[in-house]
Amino acid sequence: MNREDFDKEWIVRLVLLLFALSSLLFLFIIFIFILTEGLPLFYKVGVRNIVLGMKWAPTKASFGIFPMIISSFMVTFGALVVGAPLALACATYLSEYAGKKTKLFLKPSLELLAGIPSVVYGFLGVVYIVPIIREHLGGAGFSILSTSLVLGIMILPTITSISFDSLMSVPSAFREGSLAMGATKWQTISRVVLPAARSGILASFILGMGRAVGETMAVIMVAGNALKIPTSLLDPLRTLTSNIALELAYATGDHRRALFSTGVVLLVIIMGLNLIANFWVKAKVAK
Amino acid sequence: MRVNPRLTDKIVRAGLTFQALFTVGILVLIVAVIFVKGFPYVTAEFIFSYPQDMGRLGGIFPSVVGTVFLGLLSIACATPLGVGTAIYLTEYTKESSLTRIIRFGVESLAGIPSIIYGLFGFIFFVIKLRMGWSLLSGTLTVSIMVLPTIIRTSEEAIKSVPKNLRMVSFSLAATKWETVTRVILPSAAPGILTGIMLSIGRAVSETAAVIFTMGSSLRLPTSIMDSGRTMAVHFYILAREGISMEKAYATALVLVCSILIINIVAYYLMHRMIARYS
Repeated sequence: MNREDFDKEWIVRLVLLLFALSSLLFLFIIFIFILTEGLPLFYKVGVRNIVLGMKWAPTKASFGIFPMIISSFMVTFGALVVGAPLALACATYLSEYAGKKTKLFLKPSLELLAGIPSVVYGFLGVVYIVPIIREHLGGAGFSILSTSLVLGIMILPTITSISFDSLMSVPSAFREGSLAMGATKWQTISRVVLPAARSGILASFILGMGRAVGETMAVIMVAGNALKIPTSLLDPLRTLTSNIALELAYATGDHRRALFSTGVVLLVIIMGLNLIANFWVKAKVAK
Repeated sequence: MRVNPRLTDKIVRAGLTFQALFTVGILVLIVAVIFVKGFPYVTAEFIFSYPQDMGRLGGIFPSVVGTVFLGLLSIACATPLGVGTAIYLTEYTKESSLTRIIRFGVESLAGIPSIIYGLFGFIFFVIKLRMGWSLLSGTLTVSIMVLPTIIRTSEEAIKSVPKNLRMVSFSLAATKWETVTRVILPSAAPGILTGIMLSIGRAVSETAAVIFTMGSSLRLPTSIMDSGRTMAVHFYILAREGISMEKAYATALVLVCSILIINIVAYYLMHRMIARYS
């Protein structure tokens, strides 16, 4: 390598390193700006009055977001109840029962569907699910039930696709061993394949929950956005994400800061979920 | 009571088949509804004319232009950074605590929900940097959001290029950078393009991060400092404010078609990449 090439290589290496560090820089400034806008209100009003506060009246200095935290958890759990069993059944069918052609066709189709914008799910929820609930079950239709259904359907492709990958990564020797001992196909799946793929499946559920808890626009459309803790499946609710999106456009002063505080709480929840998911994935790799 | 395992096997098989069909059925139904309801209203005129009366009449031309600009400008910003990061991580360094920290950063960026990007873009680009609600603010926000996708897919693509191609290049006295630009990147191109297409798809379908950074002006954006609305934002506003069901379905159809086409191209490229090296 001549001198000129050597210098050039060093410049290239340096520039690429700077590029690689840019992700960290972005992460850093995102956190700094959300925190500098969101944290001061926690000092001023008190963490307790925000996180456990029941009343949200930001123009009258009440910044309680407890009902929204509860609502976010409720619909995320609801989405999982709706989506996870179906998605897992679908993934199991695809990996264990489906023929090669079905697999080749269905897996990419599911991934294509994962790209459908969430607003489309929200819109169809308003047009079809909300009126059906209103007419047959009562209430306004904008409810935990409608939101859970919309979010549950929305996360189907994500969970199916990741669970499928983890089921496929179970070595076929496991299946052959079990079948050779006279176990039926279902005994093999339920006692050998699913337990072996457990960590990947759990990680897919957590990722699905992450998508559900972070979803904003679809939720605004079907949740009704009321400010109370919902007490029945048919009650309307407002999540942390929709609280931010509903009011950010016109909020000023402490009101706007309160929306950033809402964002801080949301970030903490998301980071918690990601840590759990990472922990499971690591446990899987270690195994 | 002991249940006959063979009978259980048959029941489970039927149950799983039914649930799988049901799942795929729901998703197919969603696309079908959008197609059937939107198809009658989507004409060339709808795509190429201006909206009137808040979108009640007319077409969606400004939001088509806004969407195309946002998608292209975002990947123009994110691709060099993303591919550069992937090259650094795979070719220029060994696994170390630094690469682990960088990967952690990338993973964390990928896990942040889009409304947080919206909040960040709003306070940072729109207010602190005084860019206002503009195509520029939207582009910068979305570029950061799609960066993890580009990094991951490029990394996978570069890793899948066989080792011996590098060896041959080095043995011909090529420098590392020459090897990267003339051997590795061309071989990894389809995989990298997959990431780029998926990123455009994300920019096109995004609402929460875009509405608070790019705004929702109905006018045609003519400079990067103009506000504008993408198709997804336009659709959201049409549907949420109940402006027009017809136009909402029609916009949804154009939106869903664009996404499906973009994703199909992405998967086609990925398959070419897999077929090439396996």
